[in-house]
Amino acid sequence: MPSADTAGQLLPLLVIIPVLAAAVLVGVGQRLPGRLVGAGTMMVAVVVGGGGTAALIITGRRRIVSWLGDWRPGGSGTGVGIALQADQLSIGLALLAATLMIIALGFSWHYFRAPGSHFHALMLFFLAGMTGFALAGDIFTMFVFFEMMGVAAYALTGLKVEDPSAVQGAINFGIVNSVAAYLSLIGIGMVYAHTGELNLAELSRSLAGDHSTFVVIAFVLLSTGFLVKAAVVPFHFWLDDAHAVAPTPVCVLFSGVMVELGLYGVLRVYRIGFAATSVAAGIDRVLLVLGAATAVLAAVMCLLQRHLKRLLAYSTIAHMGMFLVALSVGDPESLAGIALFVLGHAAVKGALFLCAGILLDRFGSVDEFTLWGAGQRLRGWDGVGVRSIFLLAALGLAGLPPFAAGLGKSLAETAMTEAGAAWGPPFMIIISALTGGAVLRVWLRVAVGAGRKPEGIEAEGMSGDEELMEVDVGEDIPNRMIISAGALVVIGCALGLVPSIAARATVAADRFLDADGYVAAVLHGRIGYPPVAGPVPSGWDLHGVLLSCLTVAAACAVAALAVLRHRLPGGLRPPEVVRRPVRLLRRVHSGRVGDYVVWLLIGVGVTAAILAPA
Amino acid sequence: MIGFLAYYPYAVAGAIVLLGLVGIAISRDLVHAVVCLSVCQSGTYVFLLAVGYQYGGIAPIFGSTVHRGTPVVDPVVQALSLTDIVVSAAITSMLLALVIQIAKRRGTVDPDELRSLEG
Repeated sequence: MPSADTAGQLLPLLVIIPVLAAAVLVGVGQRLPGRLVGAGTMMVAVVVGGGGTAALIITGRRRIVSWLGDWRPGGSGTGVGIALQADQLSIGLALLAATLMIIALGFSWHYFRAPGSHFHALMLFFLAGMTGFALAGDIFTMFVFFEMMGVAAYALTGLKVEDPSAVQGAINFGIVNSVAAYLSLIGIGMVYAHTGELNLAELSRSLAGDHSTFVVIAFVLLSTGFLVKAAVVPFHFWLDDAHAVAPTPVCVLFSGVMVELGLYGVLRVYRIGFAATSVAAGIDRVLLVLGAATAVLAAVMCLLQRHLKRLLAYSTIAHMGMFLVALSVGDPESLAGIALFVLGHAAVKGALFLCAGILLDRFGSVDEFTLWGAGQRLRGWDGVGVRSIFLLAALGLAGLPPFAAGLGKSLAETAMTEAGAAWGPPFMIIISALTGGAVLRVWLRVAVGAGRKPEGIEAEGMSGDEELMEVDVGEDIPNRMIISAGALVVIGCALGLVPSIAARATVAADRFLDADGYVAAVLHGRIGYPPVAGPVPSGWDLHGVLLSCLTVAAACAVAALAVLRHRLPGGLRPPEVVRRPVRLLRRVHSGRVGDYVVWLLIGVGVTAAILAPA
Repeated sequence: MIGFLAYYPYAVAGAIVLLGLVGIAISRDLVHAVVCLSVCQSGTYVFLLAVGYQYGGIAPIFGSTVHRGTPVVDPVVQALSLTDIVVSAAITSMLLALVIQIAKRRGTVDPDELRSLEG
């Protein structure tokens, strides 16, 4: 019986421990010394990480299921209960959140003296929300944890309350995400009205074979919240505003795991609950269309930015687009590739954000133009460290072997080719080259001082000079900052070198997609996995390495072209025809929350139109 | 008549949600926008309660007069609504606190005058 399963008691603890610790910090944190608050928070994050690791090891052999308080539906399908379920992918995401949390906390040790213990308490609430969302086994519990991580995220975005643009970013983020969450709630209500059930495993049973339009509408509304969190175009507007103003260590968590959790939510709900409904006919189309639009638009916007954090935010959106496009083929191999891509992306993108944080700390700016050549003013080993971490992370983002991001992209490309989408690899290469090139361009300008010092051009570009300094940490760059950023690069590289990680990811993806196994585990306590059939990919092969090197070369070319643009003959400069749509794009990203809500409604309509059976 | 009445609460819920959304979309004041967000959420309460309503059902508080066989309205959606209200209180209070911060620093809460986030 699963009630005797001691591992099952681990899952609620992963949520309860950080919530309790956060409550203690809110209550008595003001009276505790700062050192104790920091150490305690770090310890809680490490405990959650350790618990997550233990759970990950267990889920290598079987699922973990936990019915809270042992309240569960009876055999006749009546009664209610709250289930938590862990397979390798869901607990892997929870572990990713805990790992990034540990690194962000290490980076921000003594970072925020002024706000007392609020930062630490909010970070723990945020961690609890993300962990709970990854493990939740019914759609309403998903909504609750979604809102929990949302509230913590809004507060973390607006943490620098003396900075009006930070507060405004937090309000935009809060309103857009909340509106989307309410649409999700209506979707949940519709599902409940239709079936009388909320648990994903029961929905899987009762929605099977249901081809009504009602279910499609419910699914679209239900997914809206997750799509907004995943920053899919046209739901993405809040993301760059929030990333531009949030404290740097918080950006690491936003970009690395929170946004990806949105995509996970869509996949979880669709793959378990709605797999056998009329949603299945159109979901691949939705992922493909929205993903392609997201990737292209965000790659263009990424190239246009000079505010480093905003540029990295658009790079994250472009990567979400690539994830969606690759997932549209819908087989375990592509999901395995994307899972590795997410891990690798989290590591290198986190390192890039931390580098931006170090630059902000040193020079009080994250503006590419103001920082021109500033990297050379960082003397000694610190300077060498920051410059090389920035470069390695940028190359890793573009897909340099052996970084895990490159391996994941290469696996996804192979899966797309095998599924008959021959345009997949070129698409992924172009988007990776554009966003990787934009980041490399910043590196060339900031760390090397390449090209001409940009002056006064592109006045319409958003400057990053209004950013408030987050903290004054003294003369030298503290070692903990460089070590945190370096650790992320090392993790990103090492993950790509773990033997047979591609095969393991494919097995994990197979198990994540196995709806029957999920239902059997949650409802009937049969928590073992069925044996895996079929061949599994072997990891880096010559073809993948060559394509990855091609991507990196293309990214370098994009960067060089951008930096040396003024030397090009006049005929090669962007003509007026190109500049006009660019200005339009900038105007669309207006920073007004009212516009964003209108775009959200348009997005819901478009999604429903694509998904509706033709 | 019953057929019309059965759909009426859903129409009300949808109208409230849409009114809230329109309010946010045309808002010229952040306090107004946050209140519209609350209006929008009130629509979800109406919707959830309508989903669980039973003709002739009474409050699902089981005791001496209400037992297993008594017709009651669905307690699950009421629990959902309660959770929803808690979430709403947290979000509204936090957003209003942020608006106060903006008003303190900038002296205005009109989004058109606060266009520092243009990308």
